[in-house]
Amino acid sequence: MPSTIVLNGNAAAAEAVKQVKPDVVTVYPMASGAEMMGHIASFAADGLIDSEIINMESGHSAMSGCIGASAAGGRVFTFAASQSLAAMHETLFIASSLRLPIVAAIVNGALAAPANMIADHADSMAERDCCWIQIFSENPQEIYDNIIQAYKIAEHMDVRIPIMVAADGFISSHSMENVIIEEVGEVAEFVGKFTPFQSLLDSDNPKTIGSRDMSQYYFEYKVNQLQGIENSRKVIKEVGKEFGNRFGRYYGFFEPYKLENAEYALVLMGSSTGTAKELIDELRAGGEKVGLLKLRIFRPFPSAELREALAGLTAVAVLERVLTPGSAGGPLFNEIRSALYDVEKRPSIFPYVYGLGGRDIRMEHFREIVKEMKAGQEEVVETGVEVKYVNLREAND
Amino acid sequence: MISLKEMAKKEDLFVSGHEMCPGCGIPVILKIVLRTTKCPLVVSNASGCLQSASTNFPATSWKLNWIHTAVENAAGTMSGIQATYSSLKKQGKLPVDKKIKFLVIGGDGATYDSGLRSISGAMERGEDFVYLCYDNQLYACSGGQRSSATPMGAATTTSPSGNVLPGKLQPRKNISNIFAAHEIPYVAQSAPWIWQDLYKKAERAFETTGPAYLNVLNPCPSMWKAPANKSIEITKLAADTCVWPIFEIKDGTKVTVNYKPKKKLPVTLWLESQARFTHLLKVENNWIVKKIQEEVDKDWEFLISSENKNRTN
Ligand code: SF4
Ligand SMILES: [Mg+2]
Repeated sequence: MPSTIVLNGNAAAAEAVKQVKPDVVTVYPMASGAEMMGHIASFAADGLIDSEIINMESGHSAMSGCIGASAAGGRVFTFAASQSLAAMHETLFIASSLRLPIVAAIVNGALAAPANMIADHADSMAERDCCWIQIFSENPQEIYDNIIQAYKIAEHMDVRIPIMVAADGFISSHSMENVIIEEVGEVAEFVGKFTPFQSLLDSDNPKTIGSRDMSQYYFEYKVNQLQGIENSRKVIKEVGKEFGNRFGRYYGFFEPYKLENAEYALVLMGSSTGTAKELIDELRAGGEKVGLLKLRIFRPFPSAELREALAGLTAVAVLERVLTPGSAGGPLFNEIRSALYDVEKRPSIFPYVYGLGGRDIRMEHFREIVKEMKAGQEEVVETGVEVKYVNLREAND
Repeated sequence: MISLKEMAKKEDLFVSGHEMCPGCGIPVILKIVLRTTKCPLVVSNASGCLQSASTNFPATSWKLNWIHTAVENAAGTMSGIQATYSSLKKQGKLPVDKKIKFLVIGGDGATYDSGLRSISGAMERGEDFVYLCYDNQLYACSGGQRSSATPMGAATTTSPSGNVLPGKLQPRKNISNIFAAHEIPYVAQSAPWIWQDLYKKAERAFETTGPAYLNVLNPCPSMWKAPANKSIEITKLAADTCVWPIFEIKDGTKVTVNYKPKKKLPVTLWLESQARFTHLLKVENNWIVKKIQEEVDKDWEFLISSENKNRTN
C-alpha cells in the first residue's frame, strides 16, 4: 500500500533515492539540500540501502565521482545547488558526452555575487547546453515522482543521457506537504534493473573512455550524441504515461491548466505555479478566459507540443526566475517565441523576470501581469519586447 | 630484485603507437610501473601529455580499462569507480574474490596544482589507490608553462628569463611531504634511472592497503631543452646533485633515503645539463644559483635528519 506522509522536498527526494537504491551516492554539502543528503547517509548508516556514500571535498569532485561510478557500471545519484552546480560545470559536459545515465537532484538557487543561494533558476539555466535532460518540479510530490521517472528515462537504452531533477531551493525543498510514497517493490519494478552497456570493472574487455578526438571526429561525435536527447522525447512521454497507469499521477512535457478556450496564458516553471493556479481559478470564476502552462521539461525543449498548446492564444506571458543579461528576454521566453514563430496567428509574447534570489511573487503580481498582458498588446507591437521585472523595488525604496 | 630480462617478459599494458616525444620519460616510467602488479588495473588519467598523446581516437595505447575526464579530478573520478567496486561487491554483484587495483596518473600540473584538492580528499577518505605523478616540473602538454613543481630559476613560457627576471623566483612545492602529512601509508619518490627502485616502490604501492603516492621525475627533453638521448642520465644527475632525492615515507613519518650519492655534486652540473637553466650561468645571475644550492642543501639536510630521527626513535 502506498502511504501518505508529510514531507518536505528534501525528504521526499531522499525517499525516492531510498527506493531506487543507487549503488553510489556522492555528497557535497550546500545548505538548501544538505538535509536530503543527510537522510540518504542515515539510510546507509542504518543498513537500509547498500549505496556507497562518498563525502566529496567539492561539487566538482561530486560530479567527477558520479562519472567514475557510472562508468564503472553503477547506478548513481548526487545533488547540487547554486554554487556547487556551477562548480560542476565542466564535468556536466563530460558526463553527458560519455553517455552516463547519472541522476542529480538540483535544488535551484541564485548564483553569487551577492551570496544568496535561494530559489532562482540561474544555476540550471547556465547548464542548459550541456546535454542533460532538465526536469523542473513544483512541489515535494513532483520531486519524488520525477526522481523515480528520471532513472527509467536516463537508463533507457535509447537515451543514456544524464538528468537533472530541479526544484526551487528553500521553497519546494523545505515546504512540508502531503506526499504519497509508493510501495518500494512497485517502484523497483517500475524503474527496473540497471544494465550498464560497458564497465571499467570488466577486466576482460579493456576500453579507453574519454579519448582525445581532434577535428577528424569531434564534430560527428557531438552530433551523434544528440540522438540520446532526441530519443528521450518519446521515452519521457512513455515513462510519464506508464507512471500514471501504475501510480495514478500522469506526467508529460508540461501541465496545461485551464488552457482550453483560453485567450491569455501564463507560462512558468517550478514552485510559483501553485499561486498562479489560484489566480487562474479566481479569474476563471469571474469569466475571464485565462489559463496557465506549467513547463516540466526544459531540455529537450518541447517546441512542437508547446506550439500546439499555445498557437491559438491572443497573448502569453512568459515568467522566468533567471536574468539573461544582454539578451532580449530569458531562455524560456526565447525558446517559446522561437517555437511560435512559424504559426500563422502568433500570440503576443511578453517576457517577465520574477523571484530572483528568492523574492516573493504573490497573487497580486500575477493579477497585474494578466492585466498588463491584456492591455499592453498595441504598445508592445510598437515598441518591441521589453523585459518587465516583477516585484522589483523602485530606486531608493 | 627483478632482472631486466624478467621484467621484459611481462606483458606490456602500454603499447607503442603513442605520440610522446623522443626521449620522453613517461613511457619508460609506465612500462616499469604497470609491470609491478598481476592484478587487473583501472587507470584514471588526468589531462596532460600522457592522456593526450596515448589516446588519439580511434587509436589507444592502453590494454587496460582507462578513463580520462578532466585535469583536476582524476582522483575524484577514481573515488567513484572504487565506490561502485565496493558497492557491487557488497551486493554480491561482483565476485568477492575479484581483485582490481586502481591507479590514478597525473602530471605535476594535475597533481601539485589543480588536482591537489581532489587528491587530498581521496587520501583523507583512505581510499585504496595508487597515485602516480610523472613530474616534469612544468605544464608540458600546453607548451611549457610554470607549475608549482617548476624549480627555482627555470625559464618557462610564463616565467621566462628576461632583462630583470631570472626565470621562476620560488622553489618548487614539496608535494611528497604534503601527501606524507596526510599520514597515508606510503609515499615514495623515484626516477627512471634507478629503475629497480622504481619497480620496488610501485610494487609496494600496489601492495599497500590505502592511499599510496609515487612522485617520479619525468625527463622532458622537449621542454627542458635537453638532448633526447640524455634523458635517463639527466635524472641520475638530479639524484647526484640532491635536486631530486630518492626516498620513501611510511605512515607519514618513517623516512628512508634510498640513494645517497657517494659524492654530492654541485647543482651547477644539473643546471648546465638543460638549456632551460642556461641564463642562470650568466654572472649577474650568480645570486640565484647560490640560492638554489642553499635550497637544495637545506632540503637534503632535512631529509637526512628526518631519516635519522626515526632511527633514534
Ligand atoms: S612534452 Fe615532455 S613530457 Fe610531454 S611528451 Fe614531450 S617529452 Fe614527454
Ligand atoms: Mg608536467
